[in-house]
Amino acid sequence: MTDSSPALTRRQAQEKTTRRAVFVLSLLPLVLILFVTVALAARAWPILGQYSLWDLLGGIEWRPMRGQFGFLPFIAGTLWVTTVGVLLAVPPCLLTALYLSEYARPSVRAILKPVFDLLAALPSVVYGVWGVLVVVPFVGDVLRPFFHQHLGWIPLFASSQPTGYSILSGGIVLAVMIAPFIIAVTYEVLMTAPQDWRLGSLGLGATRWQTIRYVLFRHSLPGIIAGVVLGTSRAFGETMAVLMVVGNVPTLPTSIFDPAYPLPALIANNYGEMMSVPLYDAALLGAALLLLVIVLIFNIASTLVLQRVMGRRWV
Amino acid sequence: MTPHIRVRNLNAWYGTQPALKNINLEIPRQQITVIMGPSGCGKTTLLKTFNRFFELTEGARLTGQVLIDDEDIYARDVDETEVRKRVGLLAQRPTVLPMSIYENVAYGLYIHQMRKDARSYKEAVRHYLELAGLWEEVGKRLHDPATALSIGQQQRLCLARGLAVEPEIILGDEPTSALDPISSQHIEKKLLELKSRYTTVIVTHTLRQAKRLADYVIFMYMGEVIEAGPAQEVFTRPQQERTRQYLEGLF
Repeated sequence: MTDSSPALTRRQAQEKTTRRAVFVLSLLPLVLILFVTVALAARAWPILGQYSLWDLLGGIEWRPMRGQFGFLPFIAGTLWVTTVGVLLAVPPCLLTALYLSEYARPSVRAILKPVFDLLAALPSVVYGVWGVLVVVPFVGDVLRPFFHQHLGWIPLFASSQPTGYSILSGGIVLAVMIAPFIIAVTYEVLMTAPQDWRLGSLGLGATRWQTIRYVLFRHSLPGIIAGVVLGTSRAFGETMAVLMVVGNVPTLPTSIFDPAYPLPALIANNYGEMMSVPLYDAALLGAALLLLVIVLIFNIASTLVLQRVMGRRWV
Repeated sequence: MTPHIRVRNLNAWYGTQPALKNINLEIPRQQITVIMGPSGCGKTTLLKTFNRFFELTEGARLTGQVLIDDEDIYARDVDETEVRKRVGLLAQRPTVLPMSIYENVAYGLYIHQMRKDARSYKEAVRHYLELAGLWEEVGKRLHDPATALSIGQQQRLCLARGLAVEPEIILGDEPTSALDPISSQHIEKKLLELKSRYTTVIVTHTLRQAKRLADYVIFMYMGEVIEAGPAQEVFTRPQQERTRQYLEGLF
């Protein structure tokens, strides 16, 4: 035993070093978030000092030249586009993931799964170009007149402008972009459900759908929610593709055919320009801070919801 | 009495690999039939053709007929969920669902809409747990997760759950092989008690269990049925050389 003790200490020392190293590395993301937040807050400070928080968050006028910095249109734009995108994405994504994991034969799955994964790898600007060339004309020439004629009396579907550059176009492009993430996470979660559950349920004469609904969903719901949350977080920050199709008009939208101006588009379009305008720089960094806070609040809230759902699960 | 299950010219393949070769069988009603044979001989595959589980494997394909009460369960217009309701399966390892003990039994009743109100559900759950000999142990904790039970209890829960949808036939795919001796005895005892009401088909690779349970025996080897007949005859006077060798423990 005594012979091996130096070796043992070396191994123990190694173990200790490794443990510390990985611990420090795992702290890195946290430090990064803090650092980014502090840096943004510091740069946004001038505007926060000059205007009340209420004026900034509740203001609807955005005229930097006249010193009016109302963020509300941008907050509204972000929420509208994200909500529409997620609502459009979730139902077909869930069904796709269910098809892949529960109905598709392994050979079909082996072909389809990589195709969906590939969608996640397409550069954002490619989606943007596709949006401008396909989605915007489709929304402007087909959907907008159709809804105007049949459902125009509902404010949500009223059209205020003749083009397809709108929340709906942004939502459609977003939905396609976040789909691979929601599909991938949901699929993986469903695949972790033991085969025995399926056999146990099918063996009693349950249909596939009953098995999904009453057995698999119970187990997979938290994971599915987590997948949707991941997709939504991405949707909040998605910039390029959305700004290309959403119209970029700082108004308060009331219809999905209205244009909007989400926070990321505001920052990307304007940062680095017109920097001579007083407080403009601080206002844009304030917008970035705001976006960060919105995403953080959303993630914390969904984690809390997730924990509640998890608390009710069996196994 | 007429046979309950009849198998005619059944051939089955996994991909190009033959799994069952020209099987012809008659399985008697309300008795325990034991399918025995060395591993890989096709016992489990044959069993799975009785509740349409065979087709769940990709590349699985069969020709021939499996008739339950003269109805071919592989006929085009047959609903496999109806077949599985009539033919319950007790798997090798218990396959409890991720729900409470109560819900595990109520689940089958619910999906087939076999009860109307909460009270009759409660009565039914109790009835079938009693039938499976589990009520005494779990009656006071019906709303615990089923996974909190021991493996042996879980297998009896699976039995209760299977009985709840009122099958005519119970299949057992080595249903005691994952269990401790006491739990195995429980299951065997239950199967013997229930045999007057259900047609039971058990796959086993332990000869002693076969002798304890069987009224009728099927001996399989390499995807073929070598010999089938009343247990008494097959065990004491096997007609085929292979059966005799197997019974003597030569392979």
